[in-house]
Amino acid sequence: MPAADPEVQTMNYEISLLTTMAIAVMFALSLNLITGFCGQISLGHATFQGVGAYTAAMLGKAGLPFLATLPMAMVLAGLLGVVVGLASLRVRADFLAITTMGVGFLFVGIVRQQEFLGGELGISSIPDHGLGRVGFMALALVMCIGVAALSMYIKRSWMGRVFNGIAEDEDTMRVLGIDVPRYKLAAFAMGTALAGMSGAFYTYHLNFIGAESFGFVESITVLSMVVFGGIGSVPGVIIAAALLSVLPAWFQVIGDYKLLVYGGLLFLMMRFSPNGMAGLAQHVASTKWFPTGGRS
Amino acid sequence: MNKQPSGAPLLSVDHVTVRFGGLTAVDGVTFDVHEGDLLGLIGPNGAGKTTLMRAIIGVVQPTEGSVSLGGESLNGLPIHQRIQRGMSLSQQLVKPLRDISMADNVALAAASEKTISPLRALLNVSNAQELAVAQYELQRVGIASMASQRPGIQPLGVLKRLELARALALKPRLLLLDEPLAGLNSQEAHALATTIAEINQQGLTIVLIEHNLGEVMRICQRLVVLDNGKKIGDGEPRTVMADPAVRAAYLGGDALGAAAAQGQPSLETHHA
Repeated sequence: MPAADPEVQTMNYEISLLTTMAIAVMFALSLNLITGFCGQISLGHATFQGVGAYTAAMLGKAGLPFLATLPMAMVLAGLLGVVVGLASLRVRADFLAITTMGVGFLFVGIVRQQEFLGGELGISSIPDHGLGRVGFMALALVMCIGVAALSMYIKRSWMGRVFNGIAEDEDTMRVLGIDVPRYKLAAFAMGTALAGMSGAFYTYHLNFIGAESFGFVESITVLSMVVFGGIGSVPGVIIAAALLSVLPAWFQVIGDYKLLVYGGLLFLMMRFSPNGMAGLAQHVASTKWFPTGGRS
Repeated sequence: MNKQPSGAPLLSVDHVTVRFGGLTAVDGVTFDVHEGDLLGLIGPNGAGKTTLMRAIIGVVQPTEGSVSLGGESLNGLPIHQRIQRGMSLSQQLVKPLRDISMADNVALAAASEKTISPLRALLNVSNAQELAVAQYELQRVGIASMASQRPGIQPLGVLKRLELARALALKPRLLLLDEPLAGLNSQEAHALATTIAEINQQGLTIVLIEHNLGEVMRICQRLVVLDNGKKIGDGEPRTVMADPAVRAAYLGGDALGAAAAQGQPSLETHHA
């Protein structure tokens, strides 16, 4: 048992922190596919993490091993993603944010009322994943790297080029013969399935889930990670998600005023640096801080 | 692509009517476009030309009537499926993607085989072939030297050509051009009109909406004239423009009335 190893035990805090980071990065990258690449703003992305988390919790308690709950969590979250995607194809781009927000409230509202989903109390004592703390962290990191690699690949593929076009001007893409609704659905399916995967990790990491963990605040948090990092920039989003996910653990204040901090961050980035930290970094790199002439 | 058997029209517009609420924008318009045609669709402002073009491409669905391409009805098909069946549209308002280079803009159109479904798009990474097509099309419209630049900094004359190159890169059977010369100075307009005529001579069927009558008369083999949503003229350009009804539409009913009253249809110089 790795937990018995005293060295691992003293590292418990770091292991837990790294796992939390990996899950947050996975989750943020999943939203980045939808919002960053394809330009579809979602204010209810935590719902899909929630669907994945609840799927994993229910199946885990029913006796399925963790690794078997993972794909199921992805499938269910992805299915709901496609349904929400289909519904939102009919609404104009700026209403999509409202629709997804509504779905988020609906999810929390419904889950709280369901006895078999643990109701207000949530689901606790989720069985052990059997991978050991280090093994679980390693798997989360591997999956996180996998999602990052997939994101980078998509960006380089024709799908990424089409997403980029849809994000900028979907009417023009239609005139170029692009089946815009199908591409949006593809973005939704992939992004929500990956959110579901992060949800399954979340469940087994915390051993407890409640509907509130996947509410509006979480949706705003993940959106602010994507915006803070730089909409569409994979390295930017990774850094932002890693940073913002551990801040509440380091600074109690942030945990207490989560919505204020993340909401404020979202507003400030949108107002002063719409391309996020990635855009800011690019700007700084292209600005000459040290004038080459003048001073010797 | 596939040549139509001679005689059968490539594009068939059959009694197309488009109503917006109480307004009839296009009123029972019928005309055919044959393989190799360069047809000018003209008419005064508000005549319904752009609405008709939008009904052909699928931005608006006609209230009545039908549009077919190569004998296949397009009714009810969304825009992208009409494009995939061999039409392409160069829009009046140029809308390039500003974040990517001009070559990448055209390459996106040239990649229609790879982007036909999200899965195929996901499995294809290389864009070398499409960039080669882009270079060729940009060359064709005379802006190859700016291929690597962003569209954002280009003057309108270049953007109009970019829009045309993008429409050509879709390898259409039928090219729809909505006011490609608008906003250009007379020299630029003349050059682009010549390019359009050349592209037609290379075998592409074109429908052209244009207000620049001088260039239209110079390059088009046939005109269809709309006024108040109705077709009021169809045929060889000189014959059509000599028609009093067409002149009246362009110059206003009073002008015609006055001219008729004085018995001197001396409007010859106007359209030269």
